[in-house]
Amino acid sequence: MQHTLSVLVENKPGVLTRVTSLFSRRGFNIDSLAVGVTEDPTLSRITMVVSAAETPLEQITKQLHKLVNVIKIQDLDPAEMVYRELVLIKVNAPPERRHEVIEVTNVFRAKIIDVGKNSLTIEATGTVEKLAAMEDLLRAYGIKELARTGRIALARGSRES
Amino acid sequence: MSERITGAEALVRGLVAEGVDILFGYPGGVVLPIYDAIYDAEGLRHILVRHEQGAVHAADGYARVTGKPGVALVTSGPGATNTVTGIANAYMDSIPLVVITGQVATSVIGTDAFQESDITGITLPITKHNYLLKDAREVPEVIKEAFHIATTGRPGPVLIDMPVDVSKGEVDFVYPASVNLPGYKPTYRGHAKQIKQAANLIAKARKPLLYVGGGVLASGASKEIKELAELMQLPVTSTLMGKGAFPEDHHLAIGMPGMHGAKYTNYSITETDLLIGVGVRFDDRVTGKLAAFASKAKVIHVDIDPAEIGKNKPVDVPIVGDAKNVVAALVAELRKTGAEPRTDAWMRAIDDWRNRFPLHYHKESATIMPQRVVERIDELTAGRETIICTEVGQNQMWAMQFHKALEPRSWVSSGGLGTMGFGFPAAIGAQAGRPDALVIDIAGDGSFQMVSQELATAKIHNLPVKVVILNNGFLGMVRQWQELFYGKRYSESVLPQDCPDFVKLAEAYGCFGVRATKPEDVDQALEAAFAFDGPAIVDCRVEAEECVFPMVAPGGSIDEMLGGIPGCPVSEMLDDELLEEVWE
Repeated sequence: MQHTLSVLVENKPGVLTRVTSLFSRRGFNIDSLAVGVTEDPTLSRITMVVSAAETPLEQITKQLHKLVNVIKIQDLDPAEMVYRELVLIKVNAPPERRHEVIEVTNVFRAKIIDVGKNSLTIEATGTVEKLAAMEDLLRAYGIKELARTGRIALARGSRES
Repeated sequence: MSERITGAEALVRGLVAEGVDILFGYPGGVVLPIYDAIYDAEGLRHILVRHEQGAVHAADGYARVTGKPGVALVTSGPGATNTVTGIANAYMDSIPLVVITGQVATSVIGTDAFQESDITGITLPITKHNYLLKDAREVPEVIKEAFHIATTGRPGPVLIDMPVDVSKGEVDFVYPASVNLPGYKPTYRGHAKQIKQAANLIAKARKPLLYVGGGVLASGASKEIKELAELMQLPVTSTLMGKGAFPEDHHLAIGMPGMHGAKYTNYSITETDLLIGVGVRFDDRVTGKLAAFASKAKVIHVDIDPAEIGKNKPVDVPIVGDAKNVVAALVAELRKTGAEPRTDAWMRAIDDWRNRFPLHYHKESATIMPQRVVERIDELTAGRETIICTEVGQNQMWAMQFHKALEPRSWVSSGGLGTMGFGFPAAIGAQAGRPDALVIDIAGDGSFQMVSQELATAKIHNLPVKVVILNNGFLGMVRQWQELFYGKRYSESVLPQDCPDFVKLAEAYGCFGVRATKPEDVDQALEAAFAFDGPAIVDCRVEAEECVFPMVAPGGSIDEMLGGIPGCPVSEMLDDELLEEVWE
């Protein structure tokens, strides 16, 4: 089962290594990872998506708690969180087909952020499913390059902490 | 009022502020500013070892017998990497250490500079926490935090990597009074409801068993454990790490559990209906096949590290907290509810096993039996303040089986990592910390040769450690496994018994050496070594192919022991009448 862990850590050098090396050392694979500073510049939030059963997940969470720089860990409930990923896609778009690509972009409420002679670069945010659907449609035109972030997530307003 | 001093001086002042009086170390290029600062530091004794691994093991031995954190100081690069085994050893056994490594200047970190190694990266998985200093102004706070982290919660080693420009840099020295670590808040007090529940189970159990480990020693909970055991008449098994936590001459003490535990100990675990684990971690050497370990029992597990609870064995009543606090609360709860001991029949059953299946060896042998040497050490040191250290392998298991530890912190042995070459430098550290004690390292000929250069350290610093080598001319435990599981094909496990000549080796360092080749030599040799005013080696030429029995085959169930009675299920080993009483 996939879990989204939101880990609040001290914003200090080496902390990300401590967290990720713990996962590899204990035999866990991280599906996605996103790190950034929070509203408090002394703190960072690491959002991790991991696939694990309950018991091993509990063990890794406890081990994570033991790291001195880790302040708080939340295993976000899928029904009670908002989450997004961001993707940049450079897609083939020769002048005669450019309008088709623009149409796809509009349908997904994505943005065109760069225009080349034969390509368009699209920025899109959303859930994994939405981004996958868009990527699927754009593949027909030929995707030249693609980059995506890991998932970032927060608990919904009713679960503020 | 602050004073402007160098980073190196700040480090030394921090150590003194933390109550450090001894450190173990070895100088080198980038720690010269620190060594210069300790040159005339008052109240700080530096013990110069002959290899950095020895410094960390010595600091570890010091910590185990004093209860204070051990401190080691080494240079960068090879100095730092030589500490790795010692740090891993302390981490596995939860021993509080502060290891200070020198580092190349911050301006050249990451350039593969001379004697540079990424020691914080290397030790990430084997330290409780580590620091790479970047500025002399961080020194006081980091020293304070390092000692706090090493010694609180579940103890462990903390490493501080100190670049040479940080040592030379300046700081307005003010030693902080407290630490600010928002992510580090160990739980000391057990949950009241859980404690009630545990007390309730203990009051009702007919065949309870107290299983105590290193956490009891770390927490200083021996008195509380004894109170609990005596109040409810609970039999007590101590792990290798918990040896000495409960006096082994007590009638409720039933020995060490696990791979080389006595049959009566392991049978008790198999039959118990309530296993009360305190400061233990259900290590595989204790449990054998997990599914068969205490499979008839409900389990209470007390530990300060929440990650240990339920890690290997499912637990019915988990209690996160400090052993001393939790056990005291359990005793109070049991007293309040007027619980009475109900273990009379259970203890008689265990005693019946104890009488029928004692630890044994060939007592009439014409050669020296290693077990006999251990027994004689106990008998000849009776009444003296004695600390027994061990190496790793057969020597360790015989010491575990036949030496009776009566006091906490009188036993020093590498548990989790199983580090050959630990015992002798650890004994040096133990002797430095407890100068009045008779410190004996029960060694193997293989283990001792990994660290024999530390004879110089013992001699020069006047640390009169006695090394009793159970010299069988083999890597004994390797040979035993080869005998039992590899058709006696002794691949690379043979060490000639007379190379080196340990007596001459002792003499070469100005120490005392004596050899025992026949059973009747043993007493005289031991007595001569113990009476000698300085370090000594006793080279005991013991029975070469003796095995440590009983033995649970790796991955086997702990009641199926080699050297036990084959095919006889535990229930049939109980006297029928006793069995009925216990089961009723």
